[in-house]
Amino acid sequence: MTAHATVTPLRRDPAKTSFDVEKIRADFPILRERIHGHPLVYLDNAATTQKPEAVIEAIANYYRHNNSNIHRGVHELSQRATEEYEAARARVQSFLHARESREIVFVRGATEAINLVVQTRGRANVGPGDEVLITAMEHHSNIVPWQMLCDEKGAALSVAPITDSGELLLDELESLLKPRTKIVAIPHVSNALGTVNPVKEIVRMARAQGVLVLVDGAQAAPHMPVDVQDLDCDFYAISGHKIYGPTGIGVLYGKARLLESMPPYQGGGDMISSVTFEKTIYNKLPYKFEAGTPDIAGVIGLGAAINYIDAIGMSAIAAHEHDLLEYATREVAAIPGVHVIGTAHQKAGVLSFTIDGIHPHDIGTILDREGIAVRTGHHCAQPVMDRFGIPATARASFAVYNTREEIDALVRGIEKVKEILG
Amino acid sequence: MAELEDIYQEVILEHAKSPRNFRVLEGTSQQAEGFNPLCGDKCKVYIAMDGDRIQDISFQATGCAISRASGSMMTQALKGKTAAEADEIFRSFHRMVRGENGKEDPADLGKLGAFAGVAGFPARVKCATLAWHTLEAALHGQHDPVTTE
Repeated sequence: MTAHATVTPLRRDPAKTSFDVEKIRADFPILRERIHGHPLVYLDNAATTQKPEAVIEAIANYYRHNNSNIHRGVHELSQRATEEYEAARARVQSFLHARESREIVFVRGATEAINLVVQTRGRANVGPGDEVLITAMEHHSNIVPWQMLCDEKGAALSVAPITDSGELLLDELESLLKPRTKIVAIPHVSNALGTVNPVKEIVRMARAQGVLVLVDGAQAAPHMPVDVQDLDCDFYAISGHKIYGPTGIGVLYGKARLLESMPPYQGGGDMISSVTFEKTIYNKLPYKFEAGTPDIAGVIGLGAAINYIDAIGMSAIAAHEHDLLEYATREVAAIPGVHVIGTAHQKAGVLSFTIDGIHPHDIGTILDREGIAVRTGHHCAQPVMDRFGIPATARASFAVYNTREEIDALVRGIEKVKEILG
Repeated sequence: MAELEDIYQEVILEHAKSPRNFRVLEGTSQQAEGFNPLCGDKCKVYIAMDGDRIQDISFQATGCAISRASGSMMTQALKGKTAAEADEIFRSFHRMVRGENGKEDPADLGKLGAFAGVAGFPARVKCATLAWHTLEAALHGQHDPVTTE
């Protein structure tokens, strides 16, 4: 077993402002695709982002030159693979501003990160009569695992309500923090509404009651700098494929003290220090939670994605996307019959909308014929749809490579939808 | 390449706007509920049988133009048909929207032939068949809600 990689957080340059979207677009080979005879307008970034050449190349390079299993071989290739793998962990540590690299656990995605906490900390600490608090704007991945836990343990799941604009009612949330509340699980950014939640404030409220906080950061990490120490949350979950990395890889950040106290998630190789038939001694962090051969190429690809983001600068990305979201909101909301769902003061990346008398599926099919990819449906957030009394929405979501011209194409597409179905 | 006009035919758009038999059928217990778990669309189909014959049929649904029109035109096509005839029409319809109809002519399905264009939009096959799957459940007394998955 190798020691942790020595961590040198990447130097960031917050003052970096030169932002050349055309140059960025050239980094993404898929953006040269034509869809039904039109240039691709990819506005489904909240589902998954496209991958820059640097990520594709890092994965190919690993398989071409360094493919080997990690943490075991004494041979050269295993050394190289292990170094690349652990260097990626250090990149993630720096990206999330975690205190230590052993607080970064690689998993399959944000969903598995949440399930890991549920199955370990949750099962060990939540009992009959206890409560788990979530919000009315969760993705199913931050509802169902907790629901399963509560069913198993005889615990109660409570839900903090939201306003008509899609903002959390903080007073209500605070009043739902009961003596028996064991954990609060909240999204940093809502995938269906785009609302940015005041995580720091919620953590402060929970902390005052001694309650742990898990943050689903899948939709925040692509759009804003994340500092887990500043947020002071206990757990933070992200998905690699939503930050320009490959699918099948994600991260659970957890405070070292908590991760150490938690039982393992899965048993197997790599998560042990020694095994006899009588007793197994578990490995130290983070390996205790990484049983079996991990997605080595995925981790390396994720490291390359974070390098790519760092080179542009997250603040510059956030500023560009904020401009796109404001422009898109103004232009789309101005179309008669169109309603924006989710109008919180603080939003990131997501524009959900409905059109009077037209189902989102039909919107999606017609936009697709114009080369425009949007998501239509309930966005794995059916309770959010129920809250707004709608079956579904169409959702345009933005990334670093999108342009105002693409939003103009979306607006023309919506006009065409109305022409055909209005 | 499949064109939008292939799927959004005038007759389909018209039924989507004003679906026929779009109501609860009173006085019958023969009904079923269907879901498309991917998109959250819901459908309910009610039938009143006279012996082996569908004496009356209605539906209610939240969904897209394709699913509403499909439900509407299904109720029109099946009124007065026997259960076996309804099953056969469903099988032909299903083959048609999946592009598997081979030698069959969409015209044999009458007005339902308008849905032939769905075959060019594989992502929409489930929209076109939700009402039909629900009908099958109602017809054959399946009590658990059906899904298109």
